[in-house]
Amino acid sequence: MIELTDVHKSFGKVEVLKGISASVEKGEVVCIIGPSGSGKSTILRCVNGLEGYDRGDIRVEGARVNRDSSSIVAIRTQVSMVFQRFNLFPHRTALENVIEGPIIVKKEPRDEALARGRALLAQVGLAEKADVHPPQLSGGQQQRVAIARALAMQPKAILFDEPTSALDPELVGDVLSVMRRLADDGMTMVVVTHEMGFARDVADRVLFIDGGVIVEQGAAKSVLNQPQHARTQDFLRRVLHPL
Amino acid sequence: MQKFLNDAVEFVPILLHGVWLTLVVTIGSLALSTVLGLVWALMRVSGIGVLSGLSASVINVIRGIPIIVLLFYLYFVMPDVGVTLTALQAAILGLGIAYSAYQAENFRAGIEAIDKGQIEAAQAIGMSWWQTMRRVVLPQAVKIVLPPYGNVMIMMLKDSSQASTITVAELALQGKLIASSTFKNASVFTLVALMYLTMSIPLILLVRHFEKRAGRR
Repeated sequence: MIELTDVHKSFGKVEVLKGISASVEKGEVVCIIGPSGSGKSTILRCVNGLEGYDRGDIRVEGARVNRDSSSIVAIRTQVSMVFQRFNLFPHRTALENVIEGPIIVKKEPRDEALARGRALLAQVGLAEKADVHPPQLSGGQQQRVAIARALAMQPKAILFDEPTSALDPELVGDVLSVMRRLADDGMTMVVVTHEMGFARDVADRVLFIDGGVIVEQGAAKSVLNQPQHARTQDFLRRVLHPL
Repeated sequence: MQKFLNDAVEFVPILLHGVWLTLVVTIGSLALSTVLGLVWALMRVSGIGVLSGLSASVINVIRGIPIIVLLFYLYFVMPDVGVTLTALQAAILGLGIAYSAYQAENFRAGIEAIDKGQIEAAQAIGMSWWQTMRRVVLPQAVKIVLPPYGNVMIMMLKDSSQASTITVAELALQGKLIASSTFKNASVFTLVALMYLTMSIPLILLVRHFEKRAGRR
């Protein structure tokens, strides 16, 4: 349902994506791993048009992603995004954050959006925090509200951009378990992450990216347990055994 | 002191007419400058080259012309091209336009202070540029913008006295008229100053309140 073909992207003179081709099938969980600055996040941001790309082709369910076209709105309502720093709207309560998209963008009736919003907050374990403003929530709680906000759009896929990297270690588990349940429910997910345990247990496939190219990809267990490429081996050694 | 009190009893009712016009000019031009300033600011951050360039030029032209010249222009020159304004209309228009430049810079600073992640989150749920502004950016920018906005209110209250130069009989002009016909300069201008001060103090307190609230975040 998401198709990237030879995608190139530069920031000024620095080429961050040097011909990325990949696809994500419906219901699949794909983890993107790799060192910082390798272009992992940029790939996600190109898929929902937060960044443009210079060359190549990105399609979501056959529709070309073009951030300068009004068609981008339709794509963004189908492909939600969860950010590293949550990016909740601090002037709105948790529940208001969740129903904002359905009401303002999708023009859903307020009652309907409210009912689903409450259900989604319950699903991420935050039913009792519906009327709390984000600054009063912990990082892990904020990220779970952000996941509920993404789900409220009833997307066909969700992009996660390092969803646990800004969290205190003891809060990572709550967020990952919410994500694991989503995966079990069949949600299509693309996850940029440094959580190798999550990638191994939950992902169907793993892409290892370095220097703007896909160095290695394949079934999660085979890439993580028996990496073929020297750069993948080196990266995994550093991540799993930093000392 | 007794003499001053006697003068006060005599002059305050006349000066209150001036206070009324001062308030009309201040509130009218405050409203106009707010709307215009918001338009300039939104044009400036629109990301559309023509609009932001146009807005930057307009702001610079306005900033480069003294308020009093702007007032003369509206009141004395516009009739030559067939646009005749009353003194009050010209005063509100002139002060409103003049202050819109400062309002615009203030609003722009507030808008640009909002974290980029907020805008991306809004875009990621499919919001248009205008929806993002209205629902996400502006409500958060208000808190940042309010303290300087309050200062603009105080400055406008005082600068409304410039309307006297085009015959609007607001507080300053009323005072001048009374003073020149009674020669009681000390009493009259002391009263005028006290009246401006009385109107400013609530605004000063308001600014302090805004600042506290902005700092608490």
